[in-house]
Amino acid sequence: MTTTLIFYFFAATLIFAAFRVITVRNPVHAALFLVLTFFSSAAIWLLLQAEFLAIALVLVYVGAVMVLFLFVVMMLDINFAPLREGFAKHLPVGLTVGFLILIEMVMVVTHWKGLANPSTVVTTEMSNTKMLGQVLYTVYAYPFEIAAAILLVAMIAAIALTSRLHNRAKYQKPEQQVVVRREDRIRLISMPAEPKD
Amino acid sequence: MTFTFTPTDLTILLPEITLLTMACLTLAIDAYLPQNMRNLTYQLAQGTLIGTALLVFATYPQQPTVAMSNMFVSDPMGAVLKIFALLIVAVAFLYSKGYLQDRRMFKGEYFVLGLFATLGMMIMISAHSLLTIYLGLELLSLSLYTMVAMHRDSQSATEAAMKYFVLGAIASGMLLYGMSILYGVTNTLDLTTLAQYLNQPQSDNHTFLLFGLVFVIVGLAFKLGAVPFHMWVPDVYQGAPTAVTLFISSAPKLAAFALLMRLLADGLQALHSDWQSILILLSILSMALGNLVAIAQTNLKRMLAYSTIAHVGYLMLGVLTATKGGYAASMFYVLVYSLMSLGAFGMIILLSRAGFEAENISDFKGLNDRSPWYAFIMSILMLSMAGVPPMLGFWAKLSVLNQLVEAGLVWLAVVAVLFAIIGAFYYLRMVWMMYFEKAQDTSPLQANMDLRVAISANGLVILLLGMAPNMLMTLCLGTLGIG
Repeated sequence: MTTTLIFYFFAATLIFAAFRVITVRNPVHAALFLVLTFFSSAAIWLLLQAEFLAIALVLVYVGAVMVLFLFVVMMLDINFAPLREGFAKHLPVGLTVGFLILIEMVMVVTHWKGLANPSTVVTTEMSNTKMLGQVLYTVYAYPFEIAAAILLVAMIAAIALTSRLHNRAKYQKPEQQVVVRREDRIRLISMPAEPKD
Repeated sequence: MTFTFTPTDLTILLPEITLLTMACLTLAIDAYLPQNMRNLTYQLAQGTLIGTALLVFATYPQQPTVAMSNMFVSDPMGAVLKIFALLIVAVAFLYSKGYLQDRRMFKGEYFVLGLFATLGMMIMISAHSLLTIYLGLELLSLSLYTMVAMHRDSQSATEAAMKYFVLGAIASGMLLYGMSILYGVTNTLDLTTLAQYLNQPQSDNHTFLLFGLVFVIVGLAFKLGAVPFHMWVPDVYQGAPTAVTLFISSAPKLAAFALLMRLLADGLQALHSDWQSILILLSILSMALGNLVAIAQTNLKRMLAYSTIAHVGYLMLGVLTATKGGYAASMFYVLVYSLMSLGAFGMIILLSRAGFEAENISDFKGLNDRSPWYAFIMSILMLSMAGVPPMLGFWAKLSVLNQLVEAGLVWLAVVAVLFAIIGAFYYLRMVWMMYFEKAQDTSPLQANMDLRVAISANGLVILLLGMAPNMLMTLCLGTLGIG
């Protein structure tokens, strides 16, 4: 009963946050709602006793990727006027997101143990982390390698699409400017005079 | 879960491992090459493709063998599709070389990403688990998005890449959602176990399975470009540089067919009465919209995009019969289609030159006066696409229609023929323009010798194989275990 309630709470938060990600106008707010989305899904994973995935999601996505992403959003050439209006304007959103995350964390920490439904969750002596470690490089070695290739392609793509190896900036070459002659720049041609209409 | 690993696993995977290693090597070498030695990257890529194709041929399996904890399957159908995919990519590279050089796009990334895309196709073709299907698809798609976007100065290419990326991501999401529901119901990712589970009688889970199935098919339809999930196809085909369009329209279609086969035939065969009706609807809509809208196009790339949509409709006709004969007919169709598509986009490259894209239908006017030989080759390609005997395209359509009649879907065969007749109009209009209209552009063709030879061979293969269609058809039937 409690599990169901907690699940629906997180699920509802997740859907609400995901919806807000695409509806808010301000990209910084969208990124913050994305953080909330990740957090809610991490909480749902904890309910499923997948604590390694949940922690990895929080550490990697919320902790690293989204922070970087926030930097990127701020670096982008978007209209900064509404963003610069100060801390106070963002405070309510930040507080709401932070508060919700806090509630979720408290609820999970106090409730997630013993909530598992024995009929659906494989109960083993080992922790989820240990189990993942045992299969990741053995049974799932092949998909793991493919995922590595995908990441390599992502890296190639990012470099191919952003780097400009050949500098196209135009600059002056004084040594060529001083030796220029009149003939190089002006060409006199004789044309027949046009009759007047 | 027990884990076993034998060295035989690596032998079975040898072609994929070779391709991955060589792609990485090519990437590393290319990074140190000066621009005037870029040809080496091209030659390495070509060597890799040919070498991998030879390896697939050398390790040709007589019966399906699974490897890597049942996530990889090596079977005759997969081997034939892989050899074709590798050779078609090699020909596509050959066609694009001159085009890329003329447009300052002759960079190592194009070939390296092409190799990774090919690896993705091979993984999809050999996938035996929902996980590897998805990963192979992502590897292919990610490489393709980048290839479309690579011509950064072109606004239309950037726009096409953006559309392709967003719609492709939605499609992947749909597919993944469907797969997750299938996993939730059956508790397995392995296709054989999935099929075994579905073969047991069960009534309570059927609704969930259908729910998952619908999402899987929507994802597939997006990737194939079937109506009503076709919106990206015309924009991407038109916006992308022709060399990339050529790449996208040929070999990945083989992988998309493999995707259909692995998911629907290998995994969800038991649900065929459910997916059959969905595919019937998709294929009728694709044939109708593709053929009708293609008539109104003035841009050849866009016209060929709509023609692709129509061809996807015909391709699904064989699969939806859910019989081995039908699968073989569809496989025949997709092999033939990728050959024709390769040739048609190759012709656009042949007629283009630095600073000029022969992408409008009117650019082909009076081609017979400029070069009777290439007008002849283009006619072969167009007549084959229209399905005029004795071209290869005719036999492809015929075999698919045959299977429909055998499966008792005569009405659908009649509908398909009707749309094929409507579709023949715009292909024949191309032929008419080449032979009976005056040329607007009379400059001589400037293509390289290798491109000229390859495209002539491409056209002649379609004509000659059309004279002896049984060869390719027997091959397709043989791979599916029908003698």
